Amino acid sequence: MSRPLLVVENLRVSLDAGKTQVRAVDGVSFSIDPHETFALLGESGCGKSMTALSLMRLLPEAGHIESGRISLDGQDLLGLPEIAMRSVRGKRIAMIFQEPMTSLNPVMTIGQQIAETLHRHTDLRGEAAQRRVLELLDAVGIPAPQARYHDYPFQFSGGMKQRVMIAIALACEPDLLIADEPTTALDVTIQAQVLELLRRLQRERGMAVMLISHDLAVVSEMAQRVAVMYAGEIVEMAGREEFFANPQHPYTRKLFASLPGAARRGQQLEIIRGSVPPLDQEFSGCRFAGRCDFAWQKCSDEVPAWSKVTSGHQVRCHLLESPEHAACEAVATLSSPVVRPEVRADQPLLEVTDLKVHFPIHKGLFKRVAGHVRAVDGVSLAIHSGRTLALVGESGCGKTTVGKSILQLIRPTVGSVRFAGDELTQLKGAALRARRADFQIVFQDPYSSLDPRMRVADIIEEGMVALGAAVSSVDRQNSMNSLLQQVGLSPDSKYRYPHEFSGGQRQRIAIARALAVKPQLIVCDEPTSALDVSVQAQILNLLKGLQDELGLAYLFITHNLAVVEYFAHEVAVMYLGRIVERGTVEEVMQSPRHPYTRALLSAVPVVEGDARREIIRLAGDLPSPANPPSGCHFHPRCPQAMAACRQNYPAVVGFSITHSASCYLYSEK
Amino acid sequence: MLFNPVFLWTDMLLWLLLVSVAFYIWRVRQREHLLQPWRRLLRSRSGVASAVVLLAFVAVGVFDSLHFRLPLEKQGNGAETHYSPEVLSVFDLMVGPLRKQVEKTYSAPFAVQLYTKETIELPGGKQVRDYPRLKYGGAHLREPVREQAGDIAVTALQGGVYAFFLCGGLTVALALWLARRRGISPGEAWTMIRHGRDEIPWRTLLTTIGLLILFGCLATVFSAKYHIFGTDKVGQDVFYLSLKSIRTGLMIGTLTTLVMLPFALLLGIMAGYFRGWVDDVIQYTYTTLSSIPGVLLIAAAVLILQVYMDNNQELFDTVAARADLRLLFLCVILGITSWTGLCRLLRGETLKVREMEFIQAATAFGVGHFRIIARHILPNVMHIVLISIVLDFSALVLAEAVLSYVGVGVDPSMQSWGNMINGARLEMAREPMVWWSLLAAFVFMFVLVLSANLFSDRVRDAFDPRVR
Ligand SMILES: Nc1ncnc2c1ncn2[C@@H]1O[C@H](COP(=O)(O)OP(=O)(O)OP(=O)(O)O)[C@@H](O)[C@H]1O
Ligand code: SF4
Ligand code: SF4
Ligand SMILES: [Mg+2]
Repeated sequence: MSRPLLVVENLRVSLDAGKTQVRAVDGVSFSIDPHETFALLGESGCGKSMTALSLMRLLPEAGHIESGRISLDGQDLLGLPEIAMRSVRGKRIAMIFQEPMTSLNPVMTIGQQIAETLHRHTDLRGEAAQRRVLELLDAVGIPAPQARYHDYPFQFSGGMKQRVMIAIALACEPDLLIADEPTTALDVTIQAQVLELLRRLQRERGMAVMLISHDLAVVSEMAQRVAVMYAGEIVEMAGREEFFANPQHPYTRKLFASLPGAARRGQQLEIIRGSVPPLDQEFSGCRFAGRCDFAWQKCSDEVPAWSKVTSGHQVRCHLLESPEHAACEAVATLSSPVVRPEVRADQPLLEVTDLKVHFPIHKGLFKRVAGHVRAVDGVSLAIHSGRTLALVGESGCGKTTVGKSILQLIRPTVGSVRFAGDELTQLKGAALRARRADFQIVFQDPYSSLDPRMRVADIIEEGMVALGAAVSSVDRQNSMNSLLQQVGLSPDSKYRYPHEFSGGQRQRIAIARALAVKPQLIVCDEPTSALDVSVQAQILNLLKGLQDELGLAYLFITHNLAVVEYFAHEVAVMYLGRIVERGTVEEVMQSPRHPYTRALLSAVPVVEGDARREIIRLAGDLPSPANPPSGCHFHPRCPQAMAACRQNYPAVVGFSITHSASCYLYSEK
Repeated sequence: MLFNPVFLWTDMLLWLLLVSVAFYIWRVRQREHLLQPWRRLLRSRSGVASAVVLLAFVAVGVFDSLHFRLPLEKQGNGAETHYSPEVLSVFDLMVGPLRKQVEKTYSAPFAVQLYTKETIELPGGKQVRDYPRLKYGGAHLREPVREQAGDIAVTALQGGVYAFFLCGGLTVALALWLARRRGISPGEAWTMIRHGRDEIPWRTLLTTIGLLILFGCLATVFSAKYHIFGTDKVGQDVFYLSLKSIRTGLMIGTLTTLVMLPFALLLGIMAGYFRGWVDDVIQYTYTTLSSIPGVLLIAAAVLILQVYMDNNQELFDTVAARADLRLLFLCVILGITSWTGLCRLLRGETLKVREMEFIQAATAFGVGHFRIIARHILPNVMHIVLISIVLDFSALVLAEAVLSYVGVGVDPSMQSWGNMINGARLEMAREPMVWWSLLAAFVFMFVLVLSANLFSDRVRDAFDPRVR
């Protein structure tokens, strides 16, 4: 076996946080071989990014490396003077970040930005440098590189920017590429493109890649070796096959069990109770002990050392030496599958017909209307009580706008929204306000959806007071207490402020707030996409429990298809303001008809997928809703586009009572 | 009646302001998230030091805002009491002798003689031209040339000793109090203070207060015997004038904000929240207003007021009431010309906040516009208001000086730094130069503005979410 490219030994990084020291990375050791993809997997705040930044010696002001050794090809990086380190960065180790929007300089053309890197690290100048830049742009799949050389970052979409970032990172053919959540900010179809690109480049150039991700599926598609990080420490390390076939650490197993998916339909998802312990303490035992189902006395007394499962598979857990304690597993993981009653009233609770929302584009001095963004352009859907309709689609296709215009937060341009017999678009002022108790919304970002200046009690009370849900103050207090308990928070948390809660807890508060007025329908706008997998499982369980208990209907807006498979009854797939396919979950997920749905499904990374499925690659990005393509909106990207597709928008074709799609492929018959 | 209280407009507004500040403090004390930025502020050394200096200024201004008139000598029994036309303040009583010890004309700091030669009649009937002795300054000295240096040294020592005991007492009190609050021994509390080991920089606090006490003691003991900043043209003590000017400066700095705040808040938030035509109208208004030169507007308004007051003399029963109205008017007009900046900031911030999802959540509950503004928008833009109030303060204090210098500031009968500078302007050309009025105004203004600026920097650090 070849000598490892990068060796990290016992790395400790601490951050100054006021009075205390946060040990963000606490004794991490690993090595990466040349040409290898090594994945660092973990939830938010476990120290992944800090590890990566200390490899580059780019820690933030407050952070410093306490001890440890990092050597690249035998060269000790921590001992290098800053000047020498600068030539390592970019040339030997390159890095790409999660947020492509903020990592490019907005006032330089992308050509200049790539050339700048070449300038710093190579002798290429002028013509030669420009040629190399074009090569790189071509290599990362930017169409017409010549033309785009002089474009500025704002002229590129998110996926394109991430490609440019990769081009910059590759400029000097680094030996090691660190990719810190490279696709988290991107849509699945774009994510598939970028992951494919990374794989190809790695194969062609033989670099080593260190991939940092919280997404098990992405890791499973990319990595050769996996390390799981928890609370500043690596707790399990194994080759990919071994890791996915035989995860050993209780934390890893929990992570797997908390993934939603079709296989877990109707069951409760596993959750990890509690939360990650604060890192400003000295640990005397296993860091996971407080949340582990197997923990016994030894776990809190003694820090577990590495134990070998097979060669190359190591775990930091006492369980390996004392297998007798694994016995309690059966009890711990047993979960009672809840069979949901398939209630279906004949009259849908919510019926949306031909909803359109057009935002005017103002131009010029007098704000003349120069056109419209057709954010929603003729959407029809229906939801029955106690059912969940999932609305899926890429970012910017108009999902959120549908949700908001159903709630009349944005007034629809045309169309009808009938809720339990009332036409909401006609209701105004007090009449609408009185009806608002029946439909509520839970937003994506639990950090901006709660007013930071109000206590939880005031937040929950606001809706009750405005809608007169509970009259007396005592009533309100009582129902507030029971609501908080219902969403799994203790009643005394109502005197605290939102910033004192974690993301998952805040989302519970937001759900409690919506429930406070006893709605029949809740629009959930990506309620879990800002949360970690294990927390997502808690929220999904909660929403599911509430539905069984109260018969709520959900309009569940998401781009996460695994969640849809697990959670929804019906699915509507949206593309550029219109619904292109709808049906029950089984119909749409198992036999997708519309080419876009198929592409979307194939692009989703899967954990189990050992045999590489065929990914239908979509060219390009979502077109602008201000001037959608003529004919079928999807035709510029559709692999099966025909002449007819460019002329007119295809009519809806039904496959069963519930299943239908808008595509010319099926309309001849 | 012993005295007849006089309620000037600006006094009442100042008290209103103090009451609202007290209310704000009471609210902040109950809310952890409001308290936090203030805690951060208290932990910074320059924040604490500048706050102490500002508080000292405010204390002078507040005592100077309790006005009354003393009764005149009774004519006879049963006759109605008449009150003196002179309006005094509590502060005037506190510094009693300073106000009354009026010389004939200019005298230099610590001088014992006038600044100009006069013809003096000697006991023998002979006349000489010499610098006459002052009526009060150094009057206790027999042979000033020989005794003065010694007297100054002794007096300084006396002041130093007072200051030492006061500071010592204060330190002991603080150590004891800290010891009780933190449950440690007084000795430990003292080491904590001395080595600056607590979150709050007690050492800086003590040093600043100590310096203030030292200055206060020295000023007290000296001004009983001398005019420490000299006297002006009509013989008034310049130190007294500078102290009296504090109130004027504070009034301009705070009342102007009080006047403009409702405009800026209401219009700025309305523009950002309702957008559409409301926004257009408000934006056009403030763009137009802010493109008229402020000085012109102020000059025109003040001159009109002046004419009005001259034509309606009978409306004012004292000179002070007249001067006060002019001060108030100046604040109003300064406020009207300066609300645009804050309004623009608030509009921008409101535009941002109204897009936050919690506003939409409130709308989804059918909460009305007014309640959304009051409960969600206002608290979330309050930090901007606070930051801009403190930032504007020092600019306004300086603006007063400039306006008075130009002649459109406060009433000439009102003590203010601007008027002092204006008066000193002519004397700068004279030989030998009269420099002390200018210097005194400069020093006082400098200290106030410097500490206000330091304080506002710290406020910005503590409250601006982007700084963290
Ligand atoms: N207030 C608005 N004014 C103008 N255009 C808007 C407005 N709100 C949304 N849009 C546009 O409408 C389109 C649909 O936006 P919407 O937020 O509904 O997308 P989405 O599917 O929810 O995306 P994401 O997955 O990123 O949340 C986008 O092109 C967006 O830029
Ligand atoms: S060491 Fe103990 S607490 Fe830690 S993961 Fe293993 S069994 Fe759980
Ligand atoms: S109508 Fe044509 S372009 Fe549109 S999805 Fe079907 S095949 Fe593709
Ligand atoms: Mg959205």
